[in-house]
Amino acid sequence: MSPLSAPPLSARLAASRSAGLRHHRRLLTLLSLLLLAAAALTLCLGQSVTPPADVLRVLAGQSVPGASFTVGTLRLPRLLLAAMAGMAFGLGGASVQTLLRNPLASPDIIGITSGAATAAVFGIVVLGLGGVPVQLLAVAAGLGVAALVYLLSWRGGVAGARLILVGIGLSAMLQSATAYILLKAPAWSLQEAMRWLTGSVNGAQLAQALPLLLALLAFGALLLSRSRDLEAMRLGDDAAAALGVRLGRVRLLVTLGAVGLISTATALTGPISFVAFLAGPIAARICAPGRPVLLPAALVGALLVVLGDYAGQFLLPARYPVGVVTGVLGAPYLIYLITRVNRTGGGLA
Amino acid sequence: MSAAARPLSARRRSERLRLLWLCLLLVALAGALVLSVSFGTRDVGWAEIRAGVGGQLETIGQAAVAARVPRSLLAALAGASLGLSGAVMQGITRNPLADPGILGVNAGASLAVVIGIAWFGMSGTPAFLWTAIAGAGVAACFVYAVGSMGRGGATPLKLALAGAATSIAVSSLTMAVLLPRADIAGGAKAWEVGGVGGATFAGITPALPFLGLGMLIAFGSAKNLNMLALGDEAAAGLGGRVARARAIAALGAILLCGATTAICGPIGFVGLVVPHLCRVLAGVDHRWQLPFSALSGAILLLLADVLGRLLARPAELDVGIVTAFLGAPFFIWIIRQRRIREL
Repeated sequence: MSPLSAPPLSARLAASRSAGLRHHRRLLTLLSLLLLAAAALTLCLGQSVTPPADVLRVLAGQSVPGASFTVGTLRLPRLLLAAMAGMAFGLGGASVQTLLRNPLASPDIIGITSGAATAAVFGIVVLGLGGVPVQLLAVAAGLGVAALVYLLSWRGGVAGARLILVGIGLSAMLQSATAYILLKAPAWSLQEAMRWLTGSVNGAQLAQALPLLLALLAFGALLLSRSRDLEAMRLGDDAAAALGVRLGRVRLLVTLGAVGLISTATALTGPISFVAFLAGPIAARICAPGRPVLLPAALVGALLVVLGDYAGQFLLPARYPVGVVTGVLGAPYLIYLITRVNRTGGGLA
Repeated sequence: MSAAARPLSARRRSERLRLLWLCLLLVALAGALVLSVSFGTRDVGWAEIRAGVGGQLETIGQAAVAARVPRSLLAALAGASLGLSGAVMQGITRNPLADPGILGVNAGASLAVVIGIAWFGMSGTPAFLWTAIAGAGVAACFVYAVGSMGRGGATPLKLALAGAATSIAVSSLTMAVLLPRADIAGGAKAWEVGGVGGATFAGITPALPFLGLGMLIAFGSAKNLNMLALGDEAAAGLGGRVARARAIAALGAILLCGATTAICGPIGFVGLVVPHLCRVLAGVDHRWQLPFSALSGAILLLLADVLGRLLARPAELDVGIVTAFLGAPFFIWIIRQRRIREL
């Protein structure tokens, strides 16, 4: 082909853009379908098999003998809580990772999740609170820890490596506080402690899903509305500022949204290990380059928690809470990331 | 002043200063032991301490003293072991953030013990000791291998991250082993937060050979650690056998922290804080720094234990949580002190 007959640059750019957009839409559809399939699986198959027709009738509000209890009381609340917590962790984690331009700076490594968990345990065990006050306390603690990590790693600027190390130190402290409060709790049961040590959706109730839904709607909308600014900030602060991003405001709003999501979810399900950390990088890998990663990350997070919970309940020799499953799965990925980081020469910061 | 004379006199002066500090630390250790025996839910006086140590159990105070003596000894022993093992680990990895807790070594020891109890029906302190040390060794090798992969070798950041990742994975595995076994899960509580409460002489004795051997190896490695401090190339150039020196010193550190974890549970941050303080007092020479670290570790853990008893009177805070709250701010302070390139 001679150079003259090649299409102009603008046309080629437009073609590649629209191809990227098509790919992105296909990906989102695919992830949503997978999530629906996982939901159908968890609703139909458990200790007993419920025919899809019965499941649909229960979902429509009819009372079906047998199925109403298994599906309506046991499986549906659990599924909703798992999916929404996964979305919250995935969305919040990916936002923080993008904001700090570092996959390792996820809320569960830099201490935000442990802060929320410690506050929730403190509220429940020591102060005897429950419900919304616990969630508010967790959100406040999450914000407090985020601010503390940021301030403590500030030395004329925040370097990624210092922020991560400060976060590791703080979360070690907070985790020992959580373990201690649980140890001293009068009614210490391993199942209950498990929720706060690794995260679990055991015993989910429909009433718990409502605050999480509200948090997802409010904070999720906030984050998604800043998605474009976050993408611009991937290019670096200077470039983003030149593109018209108001850095300070975006940073504040994104931190607020992400911490709000993570803390609310943590107050309900405990710190489900590594979901916030894994969802973003997985989504970035399957996304077309340059496409916003937040929405796919939310879907990936939901898939991780729903499938992890299902595997923990039915596919393994004993019943495990979802946090144990994601913890064992996620650690090898973190180790892979550590070994890869310096080979690419980019460094961590 | 000639170039040769100055370092010599300066060295003599600093030797004297170090000896002075060493004596002060010994005095402080004695003081901390006395504090640890006298303070608690019930404070006791001199007469009761003398009687209680002598074996009389007539009054409540004397019984309290008799219960606090093994506890104080265990705290001193555990603190010395952790401080020493932290100093050795920081020397081996040439890394200011090395600590058995941060690097996931304690978590590895816990997992090994839990597996031993759940799958092999293990019981008794001697069996726990072997398993804990094996677990600590596997975890330490794994974290070091992961942390030193890739370009740049074992940087503090990579080691800390590898340790954090391994800790999370290992504690998930610990839970996975424990959950199906409700019968043993109750005893596993103790594996979450370390403490020295309820110590008895019979419980401490089996660990003594391991701790003694570990201390011997650690102190014997002082010269090798000095050599490693020059950097691998320089050390090898001077005729040192770098890999062997590192492996032997690591064995000492693992014996120390594994055995301590087996009898006390995971106690973090002592191994991190102590060597830093001792570097200020004793300088970078490991022949001085190691004894300093052992002494200050013992003092630190004793004082942390006393603090835990005083803060939460009439109950008590486990020493593991006190060291976490003292140590984490220190960890952050170290990170803030250094330029980012060193991290």
